[in-house]
Amino acid sequence: MPRSRALKTRVAFLVIAVLVVVGWAVSAGTAGIHTGLALRIIISRIPLLGRTLPLGLGSIDPDMLESAEIIVLEVRLPRIVLGLLVGAGLAATGASFQGLFRNPLADPYIIGASSGAALGASIGILSAGRAGLAALSTPSSYIPIFAFIGAVITVVFVYALSTVDGHMPTDTFLLAGVVVGSFVWAMVSFLMVTAGEDLPKVVMWLMGSLSAKSWAHVRITAPYVLAGVVALTALGRNFNLAACGEESARYMGLDVERFKKVVIALGSLITAAAVSSSGLIGFVGLVVPHVARMLIGPDHRSLIPVSALGGAVFMVTADTLARVIIPPREVPVGVITAMAGAPFFFYLLRLRKKG
Amino acid sequence: MRVEVSDVRFGYGASGPEVLHGVSLTGESGTFCGVIGPNGSGKSTLLRVIGGVARPWSGCVLLGGRDISLMSPRQAAQLVAAVGTAEAVIFPFTVEETVLMGRSPHLRFFASETALDAAKAHEAMKRTGVAHLAGRRITALSSGERQRVLIARALAQEPKVLLLDEPTAHLDVNFQVEIMELVSALAHESGITTIAVLHDLNLAGRYCDQITMLSSGQVAAQGVPREVLTEEHLLDVYGVRAIVGRRPELDRPAVFVISGSPRHGHGGHTGLDGHCEGGEFNGVDDIGRDGDAG
Repeated sequence: MPRSRALKTRVAFLVIAVLVVVGWAVSAGTAGIHTGLALRIIISRIPLLGRTLPLGLGSIDPDMLESAEIIVLEVRLPRIVLGLLVGAGLAATGASFQGLFRNPLADPYIIGASSGAALGASIGILSAGRAGLAALSTPSSYIPIFAFIGAVITVVFVYALSTVDGHMPTDTFLLAGVVVGSFVWAMVSFLMVTAGEDLPKVVMWLMGSLSAKSWAHVRITAPYVLAGVVALTALGRNFNLAACGEESARYMGLDVERFKKVVIALGSLITAAAVSSSGLIGFVGLVVPHVARMLIGPDHRSLIPVSALGGAVFMVTADTLARVIIPPREVPVGVITAMAGAPFFFYLLRLRKKG
Repeated sequence: MRVEVSDVRFGYGASGPEVLHGVSLTGESGTFCGVIGPNGSGKSTLLRVIGGVARPWSGCVLLGGRDISLMSPRQAAQLVAAVGTAEAVIFPFTVEETVLMGRSPHLRFFASETALDAAKAHEAMKRTGVAHLAGRRITALSSGERQRVLIARALAQEPKVLLLDEPTAHLDVNFQVEIMELVSALAHESGITTIAVLHDLNLAGRYCDQITMLSSGQVAAQGVPREVLTEEHLLDVYGVRAIVGRRPELDRPAVFVISGSPRHGHGGHTGLDGHCEGGEFNGVDDIGRDGDAG
């Protein structure tokens, strides 16, 4: 399909928006590190570029520079990178699921990945508390693994439950996702009742947050999100066929059952990777694809990457706001995304009704 | 391309009831074949079996001598295109984007369309008279326009066989005639074997070269319209009393339904029969002309 100049302009605009938001996010906060210094610190760590450019970091007090370096490189940057990944992954998955299921209300959590991750994380937090593991290692290193496994198992279960004779009717699949999801949520609630002093940890995890994330979290999430988003984008033309309806897609030569399997597998892995490192962050995967579709139309070859870029911008913006709104306390980023996302979604609906 | 359906049996699911009980039909190259029958008689199911979307329990569908159940979806889509009624349009693709999708079976998995594909899509849009709508959103079109866009999409597939499921459903009479003229021209001029499920018996009688009448998953009658659309068959299969006249200029049957049940108004008492003498029913003929004029 002809890629128009308007599309290129919009993509370029989004890429610039990502850079601007990252620039803002590295310098925002209580430590008083201005954007210029933060960027110079980051550039100094880029191989080749850092050596050759005159950054003038030598003129800064070494102690101050060291603490600034730690704040920028070990606290803020991993958090920002994780935010970019989580936002991009959730939004790209949301766009894919909405196209595949032909359902504008579909989001990455609709097929049970969120409840499964929550159960996995709860089990992880509680069993660690009981076994005294929390004292031995930092909880952040193993909870993502529990959450990831929980999410994958739940989606596989939903898939198996709704497949009959090798066919998986979309409606059945979505219903199975909802039913299994509510069952798993009940188990999470049950665990929370028995959680005792670990309850706040579980609740904080469920609210979704990017705070206190390290490069370890980035390493868990990055491969799935990057590979997954690239793969979903490459499948774009097939999403367009599927969006016309299963039978039409089949008549246009798409092996629909196999395509569904591939997309569900990719989407679930991306979602599991995102959720396991950052908890349940809502609205990104639902709202961003709608905005992207309004900007550039429904062609999934551009819709999926543009959603990913938009999700990345939205996520890092929301997370930075979460840090700076009521310092020194932090608002869980899921609260910000819902507070910003819900009214915006409503506004979009009104807009479309009038148009 | 010759389409041969031989003794097809099919039901939904592995254990569901059988819907088609041994249906056979042959569509010669470049002919327009109609499939008619009451609701639930298996018309649409037969179409899905012919298109390879539903795999028959027994019997087979041969396209130019090749069994469609042995083809991949992509291979099948290079030969067969379909326009269905089932699925609503949800996403606001443009007309051009929609028609270009028809090129998919001819593209490699990750490839995009080339200028040649765009040219073929435009050719198809011109053929169905929607080229001027290229940039419009398909969600903003009228049903008649949308139907022509979907036929253009099917033509962009460059199919040898075209399947249509009630192509005139929900259309006003002028669009019905327009679509039927287009489809029969496609069959006769472009040599595409066209098989259409049709609701409207008069449209079927007017345009089809051959009609298959289904009743409860079995072929009740098959042949040229004049042989299939008879008062007897309509009474047996649809359970309606009808008068079948003849369009004098075309030697085509015209059906006028009198009553829904054979118990009401038995032959000779309706007062309408008088017009029927000589096998011509002028009232029906007038209705037919109205349609043509629109």
